[in-house]
Amino acid sequence: MRDIVNHTITKIKPSGIRKFFDIVNEMDDAISLGVGEPDFDTPWRIRDEAIYSLEQGRTFYTSNSGLMELKVGISEWLERKYGLVYSPKSEMMITVGGSEAIDVALRAMLDPGDEVIIPQPSYVSYEPCTILADGVPVTIDLKEEDEFRLTAEELENAITPKSKVLILPYPNNPTGAIMEKEDLEAIAEVVERHDLFVLTDEIYSELTYKEKHVSIASLPGMRDRTVYINGFSKAFAMTGWRLGYACAPERLLKEMLKIHQFAIMCAPTTSQYAAVEAVRNCDDEIEKMREEYNGRRRYLLKRFRDMGLDCFEPYGAFYIFPSIKKLGMTSDEFATDLLKKKKVAVVPGTAFGDSGEGFIRISYAYSLDDLKVAVDRIQEYIEEKLG
Amino acid sequence: MQEIQEKILSYIEKNSRIDLKDLSVILGEDEAAVMNAIEDMRARHIIAGYHTLINWEKAGIEKAKAMIEVRVTPQRGMGFDKIAERIYNFPEVSSVYLISGGFDFMVIIEGRTLREIAEFVSQKLSPLDSVLSTKTNFILKNYKEQGTIMAESPKDERIKMSI
Repeated sequence: MRDIVNHTITKIKPSGIRKFFDIVNEMDDAISLGVGEPDFDTPWRIRDEAIYSLEQGRTFYTSNSGLMELKVGISEWLERKYGLVYSPKSEMMITVGGSEAIDVALRAMLDPGDEVIIPQPSYVSYEPCTILADGVPVTIDLKEEDEFRLTAEELENAITPKSKVLILPYPNNPTGAIMEKEDLEAIAEVVERHDLFVLTDEIYSELTYKEKHVSIASLPGMRDRTVYINGFSKAFAMTGWRLGYACAPERLLKEMLKIHQFAIMCAPTTSQYAAVEAVRNCDDEIEKMREEYNGRRRYLLKRFRDMGLDCFEPYGAFYIFPSIKKLGMTSDEFATDLLKKKKVAVVPGTAFGDSGEGFIRISYAYSLDDLKVAVDRIQEYIEEKLG
Repeated sequence: MQEIQEKILSYIEKNSRIDLKDLSVILGEDEAAVMNAIEDMRARHIIAGYHTLINWEKAGIEKAKAMIEVRVTPQRGMGFDKIAERIYNFPEVSSVYLISGGFDFMVIIEGRTLREIAEFVSQKLSPLDSVLSTKTNFILKNYKEQGTIMAESPKDERIKMSI
């Protein structure tokens, strides 16, 4: 019998972290600091709109690119928040989460052999999606001393004649790093000089704790070479609704839409109606959540530094990324042993790329009371280790 | 000063048990400054008390509560404030509000039993000179109190690990 599976997919390793996750998920008494989604419920006014849309019987397909009402809402929101101007008619599509947008964008941009530059540590889907789109991932190991920002020099060194797309995952999961305007300007200059394109994944853009978030798409000359990806999961605590969107120049968006049309048809209708309320009337709700995250962030940072661990100050997302190098263990060993001895689950940095070695990802999408209990246990563990 | 006070107040309104050291870290403010601000606000009765929100029903302890609409006639030399004072000094009274609309005061009474509340209304509240009439609304069920939903206990339904 011939092989039933495609050869490219077999080359993609199953995530090594899966096994660890399964252990954690089966341990009922483990405290986890491992989630990548908000602890807040979706604001009620958004849920209420979803219920209303169901009552009204709005249970049909929307157009492939999404509800016009929602696209208009998003375009107004993007302009208000980040000064980005995209046409809801021709430069925007609603997707099943930001993750679909990443996949579709790469498939629409890459020819076989095109290289995609992926700074790591970062979200786990960029590499497999590149491979599935016949592209070649080229990773950049970001450094703690740069606060895990991408520098122009690092980018320059990764560029070859085959480079086509740079993935820009900021604010970053897992490090919590951000890129500020001047950082982005330096990157934009290199991108333009080498005629690259940027896929900017800004799913955490509403969760920054320093200056207001700046999108690379808002820099002069960048709009035409950027795919802008965002979504509702993190800002509005809507992970399960599976709703994201992509904005791109019409020439590219048209092609992305073909893939979406044939693979997905349209994003969930109920989620789309709910999201209209999110972009129109939820600025205060976002602000409340951000304030709450920020307090937890400050608290955790202080606790980890007091334990004697090196930890740069992360200004984005809801993660901190302390170094455990001092303990002379790998990230995997640390996470496994901590789980065994203290029943606290954290994600080893290596789940996000080799350059995550020596770090752990701590999520602060938990109440302060829960964080306290967990961090007390981590502190005990570290004190026992360091003697 | 105003800014730090507002930050402290909005935080401790929902988390009164927070340790002062932690509070200063969370707010990103100097610990001494936070302590001083709290002392000052206590002294000025801006921070007027710390209470615990209790679900008595879950504790299996009987309590009765009523919201009483009270109509009054303010008399010469005795405005609403003076009448309110006559009412709020009774320890059975947990809240008193001056209300716009069809009546004047909303008085909230807590007692052990309905009878205890009824007696209070008939023997203490109604006989007051300025009180014209009362309408007692007994509370049958408490769904939400001070921003907290009483019916459900919060549960984390997320999968424990996700990227």
